[in-house]
Order: sequence, then C-alpha cells, then structure tokens
Amino acid sequence: MNDAELRRLAIVPALNEAGMVGRVVRDIRREAPDFDVLVVDDGSTDDTAAEGAHVLRHPFNLGIGGAVQSGYKYALAHGYDVAVQVDGDGQHKPEYLPELARELHTEGAADMVTGSRFLEDPGYKVPIGRRAGNMIFAIVLSGIVRRRITDPTSGFRMTNRRGIELFARDYPHDYPEVEAILMLHHHRLRIHEVPVRMNARGFGRSSIDYPRSAFYMAKVLLAIFVGLFRRRPVPADGAAPPPNEDGVAPSAATAKEG
Amino acid sequence: MSDSGLDTQIQLIALAITVVFFVFILDLVRRRRLVERYALLWMVAGFALVVLAVWRDLLDVLSDALGIAYPPNALFIIAFGIAFVLLLHFSVATSRLSEETKILAQEVARLDSEVRAMRTGQANGDPAGGQPVAPRDPEAASPVDPSSASTTDQ
Repeated sequence: MNDAELRRLAIVPALNEAGMVGRVVRDIRREAPDFDVLVVDDGSTDDTAAEGAHVLRHPFNLGIGGAVQSGYKYALAHGYDVAVQVDGDGQHKPEYLPELARELHTEGAADMVTGSRFLEDPGYKVPIGRRAGNMIFAIVLSGIVRRRITDPTSGFRMTNRRGIELFARDYPHDYPEVEAILMLHHHRLRIHEVPVRMNARGFGRSSIDYPRSAFYMAKVLLAIFVGLFRRRPVPADGAAPPPNEDGVAPSAATAKEG
Repeated sequence: MSDSGLDTQIQLIALAITVVFFVFILDLVRRRRLVERYALLWMVAGFALVVLAVWRDLLDVLSDALGIAYPPNALFIIAFGIAFVLLLHFSVATSRLSEETKILAQEVARLDSEVRAMRTGQANGDPAGGQPVAPRDPEAASPVDPSSASTTDQ
C-alpha cells in the first residue's frame, strides 16, 4: 500500500486539559495534517471534551490505560493503518510525528516506534525519582526483550495495524507503557526508538508523586513478572491476534488500583 | 467449662446474636441489597457459629484433630482462614467487575461518538453519518465473550 493511502490517527488522551487540548490538536493539524485527531476525554469535569475534532467521552475516569485503549479500539473499528499517542497535556511535541511515521514505514523493521527522551539529551531536567524508575524498568525490559529500551515509560508511540489490533483487544491498566512493550515482545512485534525532546509536564495532572510511584513501581514489576508466565498466542503475519483462551482480557487478573 | 450456668448464658447470647444476624441477612436479600449467592455464604458462616455455640465439645474435638492445645485458638484459625478466602474471593470479583466496567465505559463512549456523528451527518443531509465507518470487526465489538464471562462467575 502506498504511504499516501494510509489512514493515520492521532489519539489524544486527556483529563481536565481544557486549556491544553485545543493547542495540542491545532499543533497536530499543523505539523502532521495527514493525521486525523481523536480526543479521548477520560471523564473530565471541565470542558476538555469540547475541543477535539472527533471525541470519545468516557462517562467516568478509567485511567490512562483505558483512555488509550479506547483510542485503539476506535482506530481498529474505523480501519486506521497507523495510530500514534499524543498526550493531551502538551508533553509530546507533534513536530516529531512525521519522523515517527517515517521510521515506522521506511524502516519496515518496526511495528511500534517510540519517542525516547534518553537516547539523546532530554532537553529538560527529568526529576531524579522518575529517571531512576525509568532506568530500572529500562534495565529489566531490555533484559527480557533482548534489545536496548531506553525510555519504557514514554507514551509517545506510534504503531501499525498489528499494534492497533493487539492494543484494541488487550491493554494494561494504569501506567501501561511498560507492560505494553512486554506485550509487543510476546507477540513478536518489533519495537524501535527514536530520540525526541519532550516538554516538561507542567500542566494539569502530574501523574506520579512519590508514595504512588513506589506503588506503581511494585505493581508494574509484578505485572512484568506475571506477564512472563502468561501464555500469549503469537499471531501470524497480517492475521488478527486470536482472543485469549479464557475470553477475558488478561489484564483483568491485575487488580485495579483503588 | 466448669460453670455450666455461665456456659448456657453465653450460648444463649451467641444464639440471639446469630438469629439477629440471620434476620439481617434475609432482610438484605429482601431489599435486594445482597444477592442470594452471597447471602447463602454468610448464612453458612452464621450456621457454623450456631453449631459451635450449641455443641461446645465440637471445638475441643476440632482443636484435638488439628493438634492445637488451646481450643479458642482453633476457632480463631478457622475463622481467619474463612475470612481470608472470602476476601480473596471479593478481590477477584472486584477485579472482574472493574474490567467489565472499563469495557462498558469504552463502549458507551464509542456509541456516544457514533450517535453524535450520525446526528451531525443528518443535520448535513448525509444519512450515512458524518464520518467514514469501516466494517467493524465483530470480535473487537465484544472483547469479553459473554458465554465465557459467565463461566468465571462461580
């Protein structure tokens, strides 16, 4: 298929980002006009929902994992070939979208391309706690996946049809980026990182504070560990991944926070 | 155990509490605040309490069988074990409910967006809807197979 015929979707998860989402949507339109924009309003209490072109409105807050998965389900249902996550808080710069898309297509070796802050100088001071957590995940994941993952917590990622199908069916709960990499690996989908700079999170939610990050750390490590023992069928090339043996999304086994 | 009069008194109190407990459980079911499945569970637990209250020697027999010198400890161990299993069961049930709730919320959001797109499309005189809708993958529409979901419900 010619690159020009590909249908591309930018998924913008947003929670109470009324001030920011409009800017993110405009930036995507300007920097990457070949992307349709879908805002997933994850139960906002302000008028976040009013600003996107296509909007999915969750009746209540599901967390980032549920919001992103809603986007992938939409992408699958509407026949998109490429989907990219762009945070609604302005952290991810849409100017990188063409480059991510180039890597996804021309490389031909990647089913998901992630924008990594740590391949080059991040351009802003990443808080030490987050950086340390990131490093632990990076070491653990790189060992399992057997290739270098520098930024496993980056949510700035673009995937092809195979990734869309996988994530629409099964996506981890909160703080899902790390587990998602493991899922891709289990399904033999290839991951590639490109260096990006991100804006420091200064708006809306700061998603991780200290006692919580310890909890998340333990939770995600547990999820990685359990994931190693979870049988995941490997889909054939181009075929949709078959549903799990028990029919229920495996992430149901992980107790949701709160 | 020497003073049988005291024994009878505490047995009566235990019986009275259990009766109140039973009535409370049944009332919860009557008001549809508790499904029968869990009501049965609690009534079995209440029945076990009654048996232990009335038949004093049972606890001694049980603790002997378990090799526990002090009978009340046997009671605590059994009670704790049952409570533990119950709590684990509820954690599992809560996890399943939260997964099902997530899927429902996502479906609601999807339907909501489709309804709004259709309304916009009709307003523009386009009966097919405002945005291209590709044929849906039937499996994607039902991430939880209803038949297998109900089998996990035991």
